[in-house]
Amino acid sequence: MSDDPSVVQFPWPTVARQREGVAFGMWTFLGSEILFFGGLLLTYAVYRTLYPQAFNSGSAATDIFYGTINTALLLTSSFIMTMALRGSESGSRGVVAACMLTTAAFGLAFLAVKGLEYAEDIDKHLVPGPHFPLHPPARLFFAFYWVATGVHAIHLLVGILVAVFLGIRVALRQMAPESTAIEAASLYWHFVDSVWIVLYALIYLPGRSGA
Amino acid sequence: MSETVSAAEPGKAPEESEQCESYLEAGGHTLMSWLTTTDHKRIGILYAIAITFFFFIAGIAIGLVRLELMSPRGLFLSDDEYNRLFSLHGIVMVWFFLVPSIPATFGNFFLPLMIGAKDVAFPRLNLLSWYVYLLAAGFACYAIVAGGVDTGWTFYTPFSSLYSNGNVLAAAAGVFVAGFSSIATGVNFITTTHMLRAPGMTWFRLPLFVWAIYATSVVIVLATPILAMSLLLIIAERLFGLPVFNPNDGGDPILFQHLFWFYSHPAVYIMILPAMGVISEVFTCFARRHIFGYAMMIYAILGIAVIGFFVWGHHMFVSGESQFANLMFSLLSFLVAVPSAIKVFNWTATLYRGSISFEAPMVYAMGFVGLFTMGGLTGLFLASIPIDVHVTDTYFVVAHFHYIMVGGSVSAFFAALHFWWPKITGKLYSEAWARFAAVIMFLGFNSTFLPQYIMGYTGMPRRYHVYPPEFQAYHVLSSMGALVLLTAYMLPLVYLTWSLFHGKKAPANPWRATGLEWQTPSPPPEYNFEEIPRVDTLPYEYHPENQGGPFRPQGKVIGGK
Ligand SMILES: [Cu+2]
Repeated sequence: MSDDPSVVQFPWPTVARQREGVAFGMWTFLGSEILFFGGLLLTYAVYRTLYPQAFNSGSAATDIFYGTINTALLLTSSFIMTMALRGSESGSRGVVAACMLTTAAFGLAFLAVKGLEYAEDIDKHLVPGPHFPLHPPARLFFAFYWVATGVHAIHLLVGILVAVFLGIRVALRQMAPESTAIEAASLYWHFVDSVWIVLYALIYLPGRSGA
Repeated sequence: MSETVSAAEPGKAPEESEQCESYLEAGGHTLMSWLTTTDHKRIGILYAIAITFFFFIAGIAIGLVRLELMSPRGLFLSDDEYNRLFSLHGIVMVWFFLVPSIPATFGNFFLPLMIGAKDVAFPRLNLLSWYVYLLAAGFACYAIVAGGVDTGWTFYTPFSSLYSNGNVLAAAAGVFVAGFSSIATGVNFITTTHMLRAPGMTWFRLPLFVWAIYATSVVIVLATPILAMSLLLIIAERLFGLPVFNPNDGGDPILFQHLFWFYSHPAVYIMILPAMGVISEVFTCFARRHIFGYAMMIYAILGIAVIGFFVWGHHMFVSGESQFANLMFSLLSFLVAVPSAIKVFNWTATLYRGSISFEAPMVYAMGFVGLFTMGGLTGLFLASIPIDVHVTDTYFVVAHFHYIMVGGSVSAFFAALHFWWPKITGKLYSEAWARFAAVIMFLGFNSTFLPQYIMGYTGMPRRYHVYPPEFQAYHVLSSMGALVLLTAYMLPLVYLTWSLFHGKKAPANPWRATGLEWQTPSPPPEYNFEEIPRVDTLPYEYHPENQGGPFRPQGKVIGGK
């Protein structure tokens, strides 16, 4: 493992301690993030309990094809992110840089697919407005849909920027592959991925079991 | 993997000068050296400057409101202007002054010092949080300049989302962004407390101020995101027409109240817990006593932080909550008073048989205990459903939370300011003027808010500027009190500024206090301690002094220059 002094930063006494601290700080932040999405999920729970039919019809209007592709993209990206973390642990610069940038590419692919889906949704007037095709409470479902996927996309965008930034810095030897930022970035990435898995179930699956 | 890591010398920590330049000297005097600093002490001061500015902005707003209320027919404001002024007062005071007040200034400055650390865990994140605060402040200022907001500080739907024609978007965006600044600070403090305590500084040796800031940070991290989401939903509804709380589409405006108060009740503890921490430091020092029931004080802090999350429904007794929910929230609200009462009893017991002296910080702190107790006891009135129904949306409620937030938190802010001023600036202020201001503040506060209890109980609703003439006497009394209070707030500005230029040089430990922050020179060197102190005792070991021995600092004393 490298003795690169750029890994340890003020005010940490040792790399090991810093690694622990950075992970701890990121977990604390993710705790906050969970409550952020929690507020949104609460509104979903309340309205879905009040209007189960409307939520089923809203969900039926979404395109599960895009959603499923995107789930596959993100799950793969998380796998590659884990490889980046492995690379970081063994100190291999090439692996970290390549995996970080590939992860970011998968994230971009997700956003591209999401963009196509958004275009189609707008075409079908699924934005709550005068031409909205479904019964009014389904507007609540689509309000959730837009806010939740929008907020998730912004989170993903931040993750992509971080991954690109770290990947390039590691590739250009401006940053050691062992940098503690790698683990923080991977924790964040997995969190954003997990949020999507929940959103996938809540947005695309209601009413599709045929029951 | 980690055992092969080099015995890393601490990051960039330079060992430039053995002379131990103070943090005010090191790095230079230029504006840039301040705006790019990652020193937690300097960032604390940056925060102090910013929040002082907003304190006076919000103060001017409420000054105009109090002036308007001198006459039952109103004096010079339209209905709309009046609504915008009290909304401005509430929004700015809560999110741009009170929430960051003690944690972001004294917490920033003293948390690392008190646990024997060189800085917070993530110094750059710390600076970033200040800039995020400024960005939020920019939104808020825009909202003010562009004409203001008329929703009150509570942003209730559907008024805020559908009907209000004020600058709700800018104000909500400001509060939303300010939340991220709070969260960044909270994450930083929690990590610092867990990871960077000096050797021997165990959890049950932490000064209570550290415990209080720690608990506050946990509440900030867990509650603020809910506020952020509820404001985001309002923004989505106003900006994009996404109907989340719109009753026409089956949405539920009451849901917003639940989300809002899920944050905003814990936010009361974000504002009061740090104040409680300050009081524990000040009381022990000026009574020369060990804190009574140290462990119990910690459990009380944690109890308040936890139970505080489960009482939000007491703001909604008249919003159509179920009877059962009302009963539970009432019960829990009574329960959360227990740990607060424990703290008041323990402070009182700390004074018992102490050798008390009345330096300015102590006078402010005693003011805190009196006012906080009154605010807390009237809180019990409000936790009881029948009384709450009677006084909902009256001045009784206004008086209650001002006793907690202004009487409590702001008094404690001034106690902290006077207690730590010599450490922060290295200068001593005029003790006589400071005591005078403390007394004036206490009297001014009471004459402002005591009448509000009475008029509220007899039926004066909040948020009206035209009112029946029988309430005029109370309003005039209250407005005169506000004038006294204003004087009391201006005084420290004068004598503290004066002390910066003409004050006597402060020794390292002017109060003969035990905390680690006093065992380093005043003002502290850039990296806080010449070497990391070693802690071998509980906090507040003032007792030996009463038996003729010296007080016992928490760590090895390191002499200054
Ligand atoms: Cu409350």
